[in-house]
Amino acid sequence: MARVILLIALCYATLAHAHKPSDSYITLTVENEHIAGQWDIALRDLDYAIGLDANNDGSITWGELRAKHSEIAAYALPHLQISSSGKNCASQVQAHLVDQHSDGVYAIMRFSVECPTPPQALEVNYSLFAELDPQHKGLLNLQYQGSTRTAIFGVDQPTQRFELTQLNPWRQFLDFITEGVWHIWKGFDHILFLLALLLPAVLSRSAGRWSAVADFRGAFWNVLKIVTAFTVAHSITLSLAALSIIELPSRLVETTIAASIIVGAANNIYPVIHNRLWMVAFAFGLIHGFGFASVLADLHLPQNTLLRSLVGFNVGVELGQLAIVALFLPLAYWLRGTQLYQRYILVAGSLAIAIVATIWMAERLFEFKVLPV
Amino acid sequence: MLESRRVIIPHMFSPPKPISDQSNAADLAMSIPWILRFSIAFLTLAVSVSVIAAPFIPTDDAQVLERLRTKAADPALLELRQLRSRLADNPNDLQRATQLAQRYIEYGRAEGDPRYYGYAQAALKPWWNLSNPPASALLLRATLRQARHDFNGALADLSAILKSNPDDAQAWLTQALLQQVQADYPAAKKSCLNLLRLAPELISTSCISLVSSLSGQAEKSYQLLHRVYLQNAQASADQRLWVLTLLAEMAVRLGHDQAAEQHFKQALALGMRDVYLMAAYSDFLLDQGKAQEVVTLLQDETRADALLLRLALAEKILGKKTLAGHVDELRARFAASAARADSVHQREEARYTLHLLEQPKPALLLAEKNWGVQHEPDDARILLEAAVAAGDIKAAQPVLEWMSHNNVEDKRLSRFKKVAL
Repeated sequence: MARVILLIALCYATLAHAHKPSDSYITLTVENEHIAGQWDIALRDLDYAIGLDANNDGSITWGELRAKHSEIAAYALPHLQISSSGKNCASQVQAHLVDQHSDGVYAIMRFSVECPTPPQALEVNYSLFAELDPQHKGLLNLQYQGSTRTAIFGVDQPTQRFELTQLNPWRQFLDFITEGVWHIWKGFDHILFLLALLLPAVLSRSAGRWSAVADFRGAFWNVLKIVTAFTVAHSITLSLAALSIIELPSRLVETTIAASIIVGAANNIYPVIHNRLWMVAFAFGLIHGFGFASVLADLHLPQNTLLRSLVGFNVGVELGQLAIVALFLPLAYWLRGTQLYQRYILVAGSLAIAIVATIWMAERLFEFKVLPV
Repeated sequence: MLESRRVIIPHMFSPPKPISDQSNAADLAMSIPWILRFSIAFLTLAVSVSVIAAPFIPTDDAQVLERLRTKAADPALLELRQLRSRLADNPNDLQRATQLAQRYIEYGRAEGDPRYYGYAQAALKPWWNLSNPPASALLLRATLRQARHDFNGALADLSAILKSNPDDAQAWLTQALLQQVQADYPAAKKSCLNLLRLAPELISTSCISLVSSLSGQAEKSYQLLHRVYLQNAQASADQRLWVLTLLAEMAVRLGHDQAAEQHFKQALALGMRDVYLMAAYSDFLLDQGKAQEVVTLLQDETRADALLLRLALAEKILGKKTLAGHVDELRARFAASAARADSVHQREEARYTLHLLEQPKPALLLAEKNWGVQHEPDDARILLEAAVAAGDIKAAQPVLEWMSHNNVEDKRLSRFKKVAL
């Protein structure tokens, strides 16, 4: 009867576990015959397998982990066999780091894999902790020419095969151009900012009054300067962010973008800067570049074709922008002398833009949602 | 990051000094420095906050990376280690293997750490894939399958045990509770009745009362179990913990709030760490509008997903600043569990999606999937709540049918039922 009592506790299985079950995370990036790998393994799991807590005080220090680095590599790497066309590839550890995951600290191994020939297909065999914890899983993220595939390994699925088909680089370039165009069209905040700056471009201001520019050439140059400055600025920050030189929290970026629209629109109502709007476009273009970058990050830029994708995305953004200008400029030029344009479209339009942007800013700052976009 | 936002906002809002419209030259001279100042400030800030989480190499050997346990020396872990090395000497020793597996399961359950279920499975390796393993291994396999929500696999194992040995009380009890989770109350009751001749009175009464209380005899079952509990004061602490938790939950369903509070407190006073009990008590407190008490109870319990969820729900009611961080934490954990294609957390994830993310439609999908697996009052409740919030009354139909078909009495569900109808 004793056993009955003992196992009562086991009958409540319907509640979520306190901890995540054991997983390791593998990223393989295939570039010709070289494969760059990163493997994240939980310290708790390594401790169970090979013992990390040398002084047995219940906590693992960096010193204790560091002393075990070669042992970890020797233990783990044979449990991850990678082969290409039936020939084994050789793995070698490059660096040991650590990282914080949602359920604790993980040991990070960066390693390189060399295959005898550029792989047409990869076969991966995963058996880490298979003897110790049959419920352990290995989660693979395989990156090849900009596409990402994921796979789950476990005792029931230790070996999986991945075909590596060549992607057409032009096709990929075009894909990123399309993404760029879509982003500027769907990203109402960029359009509104540009519009706020372009509205006064067909006018000139003197003695506190707006008047229509004399000829199309003047309007065209104003627009060209603004669009170019915006483009140059956001290209700079987009590249910096895409190359991971600078990274900003997206809430900060998004809030500041909303603020930039308010400033741009307010400047049309109470003009402070009107001859040098391109400078405003440049200054705030820096922020908008970070906004573009977060989209690009969501697209998972392939490292080996980073530059190509970056250029493609940027070209797409420019094309999208040009399309907006091509719609705006003739219309604005045609209406520029009218009361309708100078009073209502410019002032009331800017006011509307400022109101929308203010709501956006509040939404992003305090994390709530009012507007549908 | 919040700090850095406060830094940048003054730059955005400090309006440029009003400049007379008459003077274009002055306009330029004043405005360029403002823009330049802004650009420089922005880029400086951008660089200064660019330190984001990424793999790193610590600089100090003494830096603690991970705490494996709260106590420096945990006797239970020490015992597990000894049992493990004893089994390693002879991995085919069934008695050693089942003893270790059982200890692992108990420890994993108390700590809420499913890793130990994996270790238990490893200990049972020689028998795990057999078509007809010995009963003791089969029982543990059923328990582990149940923990992974493989209810049908678990039931198949249990019925195999009972076929060869109809006197296995543990198998009857586990089977009864599984049948209860699947809302098969007539079968569950039959399983419980077998315990009358095989198990102590408190165990068999608990089993029968639990099932009857969900199938039309809530008040009578509660009174019966309460009486038998009082007559069995000598029962062991883990039996009392189980029975008090059952009594508390029955009282909650009946709307006997004072009695429920008392049972919860008695159970907690036993001093045994129990994630299930803390979660159930927190839910009760949340319903009573006592969010502050939940925060007090759970503020150091952020490791357990189920408890972190309740803590965040309470923080939301109280408007606490710590809420955003905890919601992010939960998001990361549910994402990690989705990455391994786990569905054990659907009930919790549905509550998180409905009450913290406030997305009724995705929450309803999760609640429906969860209802496809398990049918306990908590599963019914989240499905009703999500259906009402999503304005999809038809989605609540399966729960309403379950309630009327079994005469389920639950004050909390009846409230929602009225809204739904």
